[in-house]
Amino acid sequence: MNSFTYKRATSQAEAIRDVAGNSNAKFLAGGTNLIDLMKMNVQQPGELIDINRLALKKIEEIPGGLRLGALASNSEVANDRRVRERFPVLSEALLAGASPQLRNMATVGGNLLQRTRCYYFMDTAFPCNKRVPGSGCPAIPGFNRIHAILGASDKCIATHPSDMCVALVALDAVIRVEGPRGVREMKLTDLHRLPGDTPQIDTNLQADELIVAVDLPSTAFAKRSGYLKVRDRAQYAFALVSVAVALEIKNGKIMAARLALGGVAHKPWRSQEAERVLTGAQANAQTFKAAALAAVTGAVPQKHNAFKIEMAKRAVVRILNQVAGGKQGGAA
Amino acid sequence: MSANKQSGKAAGQKSGKAISQNKGIVGQPVNRVDGRLKVTGAARYAVEFPFENVAYAALVGTTIANGRIKSFDLSAAQKVPGVLHIMTHENAPKLKPVVTNPAEGDAAGRRVPMQSPVVYYSGQYIALVVAETLEQARRAAELIRVTYEEQPPATDMDRERGKAYVPKQRVAGKPADSTRGNPDAGLSGAAVRVDEIYRTPTEHHNPMEPHATTAVWEGDKLTVYDATQYTYGVRHAMAVTFGVPEENVRIICKFTGGGFGCKGTVWAHVPLAAAAARQVKRPVRLATTRQQMFANMGHRAETEQRVALGATSDGKLTAIIHEGLTHTSVYDEYVEPFSKPTHMMYATENFRASQRLVPLNVGTPTYMRAPGETPGMFALESALDELAYKLNMDPIQLRLINHAETDPDGKLPWSTKLLKESYKIGAERFGWSRRKPQPNSMRDGRYLIGMGMATAVYPVNHFPASARARIRQDGTAIAESSTHDLGTGAYTVLTQVAAETLGLPMERVRVEIGDTNLPKAFVSGGSATTMSVGSAIQGAARGAITKLKEIARADKSSPLYGATAEQVVAKDGRLSLSDNPAKGETYAEILSRARTEEVEASFDMQFNDRQKTHSSHSFGAHFAEVRVDPDFGEVRVTRFGGVFDVGRVMNMKLAESQMRGGIVMGLGMALMEETVLDKNLGHVVNRDLAEYHVPVNADVPHMDVLLLENFDEYASPIGAKGAGEIGIVGVAAAIANAVYHATGVRVRDLPITPDKLMGKGALA
Repeated sequence: MNSFTYKRATSQAEAIRDVAGNSNAKFLAGGTNLIDLMKMNVQQPGELIDINRLALKKIEEIPGGLRLGALASNSEVANDRRVRERFPVLSEALLAGASPQLRNMATVGGNLLQRTRCYYFMDTAFPCNKRVPGSGCPAIPGFNRIHAILGASDKCIATHPSDMCVALVALDAVIRVEGPRGVREMKLTDLHRLPGDTPQIDTNLQADELIVAVDLPSTAFAKRSGYLKVRDRAQYAFALVSVAVALEIKNGKIMAARLALGGVAHKPWRSQEAERVLTGAQANAQTFKAAALAAVTGAVPQKHNAFKIEMAKRAVVRILNQVAGGKQGGAA
Repeated sequence: MSANKQSGKAAGQKSGKAISQNKGIVGQPVNRVDGRLKVTGAARYAVEFPFENVAYAALVGTTIANGRIKSFDLSAAQKVPGVLHIMTHENAPKLKPVVTNPAEGDAAGRRVPMQSPVVYYSGQYIALVVAETLEQARRAAELIRVTYEEQPPATDMDRERGKAYVPKQRVAGKPADSTRGNPDAGLSGAAVRVDEIYRTPTEHHNPMEPHATTAVWEGDKLTVYDATQYTYGVRHAMAVTFGVPEENVRIICKFTGGGFGCKGTVWAHVPLAAAAARQVKRPVRLATTRQQMFANMGHRAETEQRVALGATSDGKLTAIIHEGLTHTSVYDEYVEPFSKPTHMMYATENFRASQRLVPLNVGTPTYMRAPGETPGMFALESALDELAYKLNMDPIQLRLINHAETDPDGKLPWSTKLLKESYKIGAERFGWSRRKPQPNSMRDGRYLIGMGMATAVYPVNHFPASARARIRQDGTAIAESSTHDLGTGAYTVLTQVAAETLGLPMERVRVEIGDTNLPKAFVSGGSATTMSVGSAIQGAARGAITKLKEIARADKSSPLYGATAEQVVAKDGRLSLSDNPAKGETYAEILSRARTEEVEASFDMQFNDRQKTHSSHSFGAHFAEVRVDPDFGEVRVTRFGGVFDVGRVMNMKLAESQMRGGIVMGLGMALMEETVLDKNLGHVVNRDLAEYHVPVNADVPHMDVLLLENFDEYASPIGAKGAGEIGIVGVAAAIANAVYHATGVRVRDLPITPDKLMGKGALA
């Protein structure tokens, strides 16, 4: 770990000013990912601006929805009664992730920005285009069981590790961002990027922008939503494949649908192909199977992860059945 | 407990008379004597001993797996504030190679670290930084730049199989190729055959406590605080490598935070820490990182095992062939002896075992969690299960038909063997009769349910051990031996043995271990500590009591004056006449009057002539129930039962914990543990506990563990057979067999991850 300066911010404006003024500064929230990466020398910020004392912890009602403060912990959000009742997919996704200890520390804003668990990214002994642009991607000829099947490039096949973000995609979440140029809103689906030729850039956020909140709009589909995660052990494992769905069903007909996959791409993967199949169709096995097929449109396997395509299809069918039937998701 | 008593009768008949020592402390499920120290943080581990002026060391590993170091650029590292010294092969002191007796368990000492620019494996230590603080040392280590002359590494056992060679050393005490009868004929003439390849991956021990060392020189005298399973082994290695007399070296290890085999050997960081301390003339503290532990402290070698079984149509085995490959390093030899249990497990006239080694650019493998038995019994017990299905026979019945009444390898009688009882009692407790024989025949809602079983076995190992017992004038006693407590409960069990033999309550007995100033004990491995050190402590304690009796019997002022030694018993801190307990006096009274601070006796426990007349093993049976998700192939173990014959149980609570721990590790082996080497670069990719999966609490089901009552006087004077490693042996097979029963899919390469099941059998 490199030497760095540490400063505790007392206001949002101050925190943003400090980071804007130092290209090598980073915000520090729960630290559950950044500190690990610093210990492994993967990230080497020269200055940490600790934002934990800022008043961004609240979960509050706003017109047309619920606002999650960027510093609300994963545990607080997962166990919030309003979240559980009105946005169950989010609670399920959070509880399927990490461990209770980590969830107590990890924040909403930090979770949005967590970095890939690609082995090659996390170990400086390896080349990695995401860590050192142009150095190569050893995952492609190497061990790629946990890597992407959708949206990858020949520069990077890493996946986004978050469970929470997959659920937020299915909820049409909007993030509120504050920077030196003021506040702006961004659809969550516009936050994360595909690797393309610039895998070193994870998001469309500017370095001096601070995520202050995530807004969950009250939609007709949010309440009937669920999350399914398939993994190698019962807890404390990243998804091999996960699926978040939200459905509005009237008289057996799907009026609106959201469907996102996790563990399969460089970003939480919204499948509008699957949503198109679902919307307007009867909520039945045939529809779900067609949606599953549509969800993996364009999937390209690597040497060790072809199973993810079939697994994703099966996961889509399972969670659609559960959510349409009014049952909870969670672990497979 | 009722089943326990019930089996005790059978045990009593088999094992002959119990030595009259069962006075109640040994066998009790007492709590750990060191529990409070551990939960309050007062127990000191290797890098927790306070020193003024301590400096910190950090190690640098290679990023290539094969080649030579061309040059170092230390300029950035040297600029880090607080850096005291940077060691590389260019300036390291000459360290002498440690030539050890392979039977002494050191596979690692033969390549002395940092003596040449040759790179054998990725992560190999090539530089060490000493600094004022840990942070400075680590930072400087990161800034060292190295240029290499790189060669393609050998990383793939399959690809390198052409280089397979016959091990130079014996395989667990047997020739690398062993044959009885005519196995090929027995196989080809068999009515029913199973002939399959089973694979287990590289696995790492992952104790909670990383390998860690504090080294302190005073002139020519070295003290090392080390996380180890073998204090005297570390002492020997340090003496040789630094060319100082053994008596100048002291190793201290009061607590070891888990070992599982990887702390049984002296790895490179120990001499490096001592060399650094000598260089900077200060105590040096060196804790390795979790990531470094995936390269430098050994691992279980991967195995490729062919098991071929031939049987008559009524299930009698006509041949067992167990042969295959494991890997070793390119610079040293370690054989994972998977064929070891197959020599003695089942009765058959025709048997062959054969092992070959493939050298790879990895660190040298080492002992891990029942080396040999664990991967070997996965293969053998999976094959037995396959044979049972081919015969349309219950797998327990198949094992009973082939039960070995004597050791088939040496034809010796067993010392004790409650294996049939383990099957029977285990099956009853588990509800084996509810199992429908056909695969893919049981359901719980959407889930596929399966039940599987397997045999457990582990040999009785004895190591020489010395101990000293001292009865003090204040009525307390101290028992001493430089053994180790790896979290197993050795402190507690040894206190029980000492207290019982000394006739004192446990609170008045202190056990001191983990210090080479104490009498010599061997490596704490092979499930041998309780037997070996316990027997030595028992001997020393008896000697001390004898001396105390002599004082009393010769003292005219003593009520015991003139009594014979046999007439006097030691109980509750008093010596008294056995037929008149009122006539006697306390140890304190005897020693005070004699103006003697303490009586002391030593005992050297040797087992030389023990296993000549009998073959001694612990046995057991595992029963697993699994629930398999029919869509994704996620396997969860829902119930587990284990019944074991480990000889006399010294502390039921600790012994059951040992078995449960073993089962949890077996569950990990079955379903998740796998060290993955990048085949192109030769570097471990999943080198931390987020990516190398071990079971978490949510993976661990209710475990019904039962230890049968037994006393094996041939195994050890204290009647124990060893209750450590047997817990893991066979677990992976029991689970794999249950997975087959649930799904109809036979997975022969561990771990059984979802992708190996999805789309097949009942998951099609």
